[in-house]
Amino acid sequence: MKLLIVDDSNIMQKAIGKYLKEFNLEIVGYAGNGEEALVMCERYKPEIVTLDITMPKMDGLTCLEKILKLYPETKVLVISALKDSATGLKALKLGAKGFLPKPFTPQDLQEEIEFICGDK
Amino acid sequence: MNESELKAFIKIVTEYFESITGQPAKMGLPFIKDDNTDVFDFTGVIGVSGTRKGAIYLSAPRELLQEFGGYILEGDELQDSELYDLVGEMTNTISGNMREHFGASFFISVPIIVKGKIDDIQLKLNPPVYIIPIEWQFSHCHLAIGLE
Repeated sequence: MKLLIVDDSNIMQKAIGKYLKEFNLEIVGYAGNGEEALVMCERYKPEIVTLDITMPKMDGLTCLEKILKLYPETKVLVISALKDSATGLKALKLGAKGFLPKPFTPQDLQEEIEFICGDK
Repeated sequence: MNESELKAFIKIVTEYFESITGQPAKMGLPFIKDDNTDVFDFTGVIGVSGTRKGAIYLSAPRELLQEFGGYILEGDELQDSELYDLVGEMTNTISGNMREHFGASFFISVPIIVKGKIDDIQLKLNPPVYIIPIEWQFSHCHLAIGLE
């Protein structure tokens, strides 16, 4: 499965990639904002997207709506420091398959991805 | 800022360090920022709007960021550009987590990163600015909170 990692922090992009290295996922790209993410979705058609919320140019929730309008089969895991329940619920209502608050451990992320991929 | 809000910040910072590294950070006694309050090598600033207005910043020395980043990247050494990125991400995480306390109308900006002295930060912070000293792995940094 093809994975796109979207986060405005390079460290978090790297960390997410590392934590998922043992999964059978092909990382097709890293985006630093919602606009870049949309371009990469069009180019690579990823099946899974990890999506930060607070980003420059286009925030993650706006990007989530646009991705799912264009590519409704995409499985999106929203990963954000905004850990209040209203934000999590909003992401899920918009169609995200999961919501993972920061900070998270490698195990937290792996469990979410397993869940989203239907392995759990 | 009231005592319960300060305690919420302290709880979030303590849990953040512990969840990433397994080592909790120790908080010092908070104090009000004055002209003698210096900053460390790298500082991440987050603007706050909505129900609260002002700014929050985390200022940390290179060694602390290098060590902390090593935990996130499972032992990889961080380049200088990544230390900027890391202090911004740490400030973003701490500030974003405060929405649990302040509610969904507590809006945060993307981080601005500053290396060295930071005179313009003062402009964004709403006084009085509280400094929470943080000790982790024998290294020190601090969180500054200036919210209306």
